[in-house]
Amino acid sequence: MRAATPIRPSATGWLVIGLAFVWLALVIALPLASIFVEAFRKGVNAYFAALAEPDSLSAIKLTLEIAAVAVPLNAAFGLAAAWAVTKFEFKGKALLLSLIDVPFSMSPVISGLVWVLLFGANGWFGKQLDAWDIKIIFNFTGILLATILVTLPFVARELIPLMQEQGTDEEAAAVTLGAGGFATFFQVTLPNIAWALLYGVLLCNARAMGEFGAVSVVSGHIRGLTDTMPLHVEVLFNDYDFVGAFAVATLLAGLALVTLAAKSALEWRFAGELARGSRH
Amino acid sequence: MAAVTETTPVASLAVEGVAKRFARFPALKGVSLTAQPGEFLALLGPSGSGKTTLLRVVAGLETPDAGTVSFEGEDFLALSPRERRIGMVFQHYALFRHMTVAKNIGFGLRVRPRSKRPPKAEIEATVERLLSLVQLQGLGKRYPAQLSGGQQQRVALARALAIEPRLLLLDEPFGALDAKVRKELRHWLRAVHNETGVTTIFVTHDQEEAMDLADRVVVLRLGLIEQVGTPEELDERPASAFVFDFLGESNQLPCRLDGAEAVFDGFRTPAVAAPGAAGETSAWFRPHETEVSDGGEGLPVTVVDILIKGAMERLECRTADGRLLDADYPRGSLPAGLRIGSQARLRPKRVFVFPERAD
Repeated sequence: MRAATPIRPSATGWLVIGLAFVWLALVIALPLASIFVEAFRKGVNAYFAALAEPDSLSAIKLTLEIAAVAVPLNAAFGLAAAWAVTKFEFKGKALLLSLIDVPFSMSPVISGLVWVLLFGANGWFGKQLDAWDIKIIFNFTGILLATILVTLPFVARELIPLMQEQGTDEEAAAVTLGAGGFATFFQVTLPNIAWALLYGVLLCNARAMGEFGAVSVVSGHIRGLTDTMPLHVEVLFNDYDFVGAFAVATLLAGLALVTLAAKSALEWRFAGELARGSRH
Repeated sequence: MAAVTETTPVASLAVEGVAKRFARFPALKGVSLTAQPGEFLALLGPSGSGKTTLLRVVAGLETPDAGTVSFEGEDFLALSPRERRIGMVFQHYALFRHMTVAKNIGFGLRVRPRSKRPPKAEIEATVERLLSLVQLQGLGKRYPAQLSGGQQQRVALARALAIEPRLLLLDEPFGALDAKVRKELRHWLRAVHNETGVTTIFVTHDQEEAMDLADRVVVLRLGLIEQVGTPEELDERPASAFVFDFLGESNQLPCRLDGAEAVFDGFRTPAVAAPGAAGETSAWFRPHETEVSDGGEGLPVTVVDILIKGAMERLECRTADGRLLDADYPRGSLPAGLRIGSQARLRPKRVFVFPERAD
């Protein structure tokens, strides 16, 4: 599709554009700025002291660990799902596609609650797990499961449209030229989707680190043990530790800004890649 | 099926009773076919005739539901596509978009198992040789998207030839190109075939392309072979009205077959009758074998239009019952006295008559 030819805005046009900017300033720029202002209200030393609190450090560590496991798992799943859906014909394909979208359409609280329902003390498998002394809820595993569920669609959703557009001709060509499955995947399929994969991983990561609702249900808010960064912000805020809360919040906001920058860079690069790959 | 006598003992490719069904759509309904070593074969048919499916079955990209495919006596269906060593050229080229032209061409050599892989210098030499064979010297460092459609198609061919294929398959090789490039590439492909001598099968829906290029043409319709023959055989002895109609423009008139003649209302013409044709039937004939005059024997018609068609001039005529028939004459040699609105007489020089078919 070709972009519409831009037209020079009229007076009304300028008014609408102005309103858009004012609105964005009010609901995005102002709150974002306030995070940094509040975090540094008592000075740089207080800011770093707040971050160096053992509970804060442990929240940062936990968040990084969760993302380090959840993101690769979902990247692998997303890749496998996109590969299956776009390169093969099979029964239940539509069902698989709908299932991938479920986490998008479901409230994150539900994504947390289902695990409590399954593995909680009073859940379906709670007694059995208790007997084996396996803890899932209020534990790393529970937080991980909730995070995986919430962030499941990101990579797959990014890859499926691209791989659908690219079709299977290149893979078929590789196979007739004598390439095995391994060579075909790593030399033909993967390079064609590398940027989209990175893009999906980035979005997945941002969500994995920032997820509040689902994680909140399964974590149990044990300070220094099962608090992730978003949860820790809330805990500190409820304790009237505003510098602490906003200091940790700056890290999340920073993550958002870095993601945004990387995303824009990729979109810029990615658009070129897509154009280069177009067939006619 | 045409009477093609095959005396060579081992065919290059032998397809026997191949059937393939997609969901509810039967793409191939039992197709048998052989290709001789070095032969240039065209699979011709409208869309949905199964020609591409047949090609993909031979390549191993589709598995047939029934039938056998063998190559020089070896069971092809027991081999995976990568083991068949077939050069395949896809309709949309399917070049690896993130690889340079040279990398594309060398791909089939680079992915060989280490023990069979030629040394790097040898691969590079092969790539250079192929680049000059397809007349793309100096473009090895370009990416596919930086080439024209015709150039991309030649890269695809070079890439397929790099593995020294036992069989070369081309799926609508010129389908996505404009008419002029298509004609150039067609003759060039024939030249490459003469040079390499590899048995080649190509799929096309363009009858002119098939008749111009191929040693033999296989006409497919609705998943079955309608006729196999040399271009001359197809021209002179079409097996069915479908083949006749598909191979060129045609006129059709009701007639009665009487021996080697078709009987019309008030006149007769020589008829080429396919086996089984009889009685009240349809006469098929080409516009260039149609005569129009302002008197004498023939079907009364009105000239409704005169068009220029390349080197020919076309008379569009309408019969009393509203049937439209065309007659082609070389430019400048239209019978005198005919203009739009003229009453005239039309008669075919010869007609083809086929058995009636219940489909």
